[in-house]
Amino acid sequence: MADVTAVTASRTHGAARRSTHTLRLRVSAALIAVAVLAVLLVPPLVRLDQQAVDLAAELLPPSPTHPFGTDDMGRDLLLRCVHGLRVSLLVGVVAAFTATLIGTAVGATAGALGGWADRMVMRMVDTLSSVPHLLLGIFVVAMFRPGVWPVVVSVALTHWLSTARIVRAEVLSLRSRPYIDAAVSGGASRWRVTVRHLLPAVLPQAGLAAVLMVPHAMWHESALSFLGLGLPTHTASLGTLIQDARGSLLAGQWWPTLFPGLFLIIPTLAVAGLAGVWRERINPRRRSELML
Amino acid sequence: MLELRDVTAGYDRRAPVVRNATLTVAPGEAVGLLGPSGCGKSTLARVTALLHRPDSGHVVLDGAPVHRYRHRAPRAQRTAVGVVFQQPRLSADPRLRLTDLIAEPLRATGRRSSVPERVAELAGTVGLTPDLLTRRPHEVSDGQLQRACLARALVLRPRWLVCDEMTAMLDASTTAALVRAVEDYRTATGAGLLAVGHDRLLLNRWCDRTVHWDTVTPKRAPMPVRTPG
Repeated sequence: MADVTAVTASRTHGAARRSTHTLRLRVSAALIAVAVLAVLLVPPLVRLDQQAVDLAAELLPPSPTHPFGTDDMGRDLLLRCVHGLRVSLLVGVVAAFTATLIGTAVGATAGALGGWADRMVMRMVDTLSSVPHLLLGIFVVAMFRPGVWPVVVSVALTHWLSTARIVRAEVLSLRSRPYIDAAVSGGASRWRVTVRHLLPAVLPQAGLAAVLMVPHAMWHESALSFLGLGLPTHTASLGTLIQDARGSLLAGQWWPTLFPGLFLIIPTLAVAGLAGVWRERINPRRRSELML
Repeated sequence: MLELRDVTAGYDRRAPVVRNATLTVAPGEAVGLLGPSGCGKSTLARVTALLHRPDSGHVVLDGAPVHRYRHRAPRAQRTAVGVVFQQPRLSADPRLRLTDLIAEPLRATGRRSSVPERVAELAGTVGLTPDLLTRRPHEVSDGQLQRACLARALVLRPRWLVCDEMTAMLDASTTAALVRAVEDYRTATGAGLLAVGHDRLLLNRWCDRTVHWDTVTPKRAPMPVRTPG
C-alpha cells in the first residue's frame, strides 16, 4: 500500500513538473515568437519613422497615442524599442552563433588532437579568460569606427571561450569510447572521426551554449552601446536607448529607461526558460524521471 | 604472423597494466587468451589492434614491425586487424543506423561503391534481417548490436581478428551464432584470430590453442587493477 502511495505521489509529482515545464515552454516560446515577429514585421510594414523628431511632444508619459511614451526628442518609444530590439537581437544572434562556431572549432580541435596541441590551446583559452571580457570587447571595438559589425566581432571574439571549454571536455570524454576505437580501426582519418563521430555528439551541447549566449551577447552589446563605444548614438539599440534616457530618469521620467530595459530583460528570461527546458530534454536521466 | 614482442603497456608509465607480454598468432590460427578480470587483457587486445601505443616492445604484423599506432598507423596496417569489443552499446555510434555502422569502414577507406553489396552479404553472414539494418543502436538488443559490430569488423576483410570478450554479454545461442560467423569467415579467408576471454570452456572449444595470461606475461609482478578508460 505504501508503495502504491509512493508511486502515485511520484506520478503526481512528475505530472506537476511536466505541466510546469509545458507552461514554461509555452510562455517562453510565445514571448520569443512575439519579439521575433515584432522585429521582423514592424519595421518594414509600419510606415512610421522611428527617427521622426517632434519637439512639441517631448517626454510624454505613456498614453493611447504613444503606449510607451516619447523620449526627449519626442520620438515614439514603442517604435524606437522595436527598432532597438531588432538591432540588439541581430547583434546577439549573429555574435552568439559566430562565437559558438569559433568555440566549437577550437574546442573540437584541441580535444581531437590531444597532447601538446590541446595543452597549448587550452592555456591560451585560460589566458584570454583571465581578462574581463567586457574590457577585451572594448579593446576590439576601439579599433574600428562605431557600427554594428565591430560590435558583432567584439562579442564573438570574447565569448567563444566557454563554448571551447565545453566542447573540448565533451570531445575528450567521447574520444576514449570504444566506438571511436572501432572507427580508427576501420581506417577513419582524424578528420573523419571528428566530423562524423565527435562533432555530431557535441552539437546539442554547442547548440544549447549558442542559444544561451544570445541574451548574453545582447547584454554585452547594450553595455558597449551604453558606454558609448558600441553602436553610433543615432542607431536605436536597447543600449543606446537606455544611454539616451539616463538624464530624464533623474528628472523623474521613468518610461524612457524602463521600456528598453524590459525589452532586454524579457527576451533574456524567455531564452533562459527555453534553454532550461531543452537542457532537461537532452539529459537522459531527467528524461526518465519526467516519464514517471 | 601476428607477433607481440615483449610488450609493456598501460595508461601510466610508472604503473603499466601489461608487462613484457609475448604472444604469436600464426596465419589461419585461432589463439585464445585466458585471464582473470582486470589483468590487462583488453589493453593487450587494444595494442594488438594498433589502437594503443605500448610503452615498450613491438607488434609485428605480417613481418613488418609497427612503429605508429592509432591514427598515425598506416591505414593498410590498421585495417589489417579487425576488432570486436566487449560492450556493443559502447562500440556503436548511437547516431548511426546499423547499415551505416557496418558500412562505416568502407566509407572511411573510400570504397563507397561496394557498400550495398558488402552490407547485404555481411548481414546474411552474421544473421541480421533487412528490417534490423534500418534501426539505430537503441532500437536493437545487445546481441543484435554485437552482430552488427562483428559485421563492421569483417567488412574490410581483415587478415587478423581480435575479439575482446566478444560474447561476454550475450546468451548461449547468440554466442554460438557469432562464433560460427567468425569461424566461417576464417575458413573462407584464412584469417588469424586472437580471442580474449575468461571463459575457458568456450575458448577451448573455439580456438586451436588457448594460452593463459600468466604464460604470456613471464613473471607475475603485483599489478594494480585497472580498466581501460
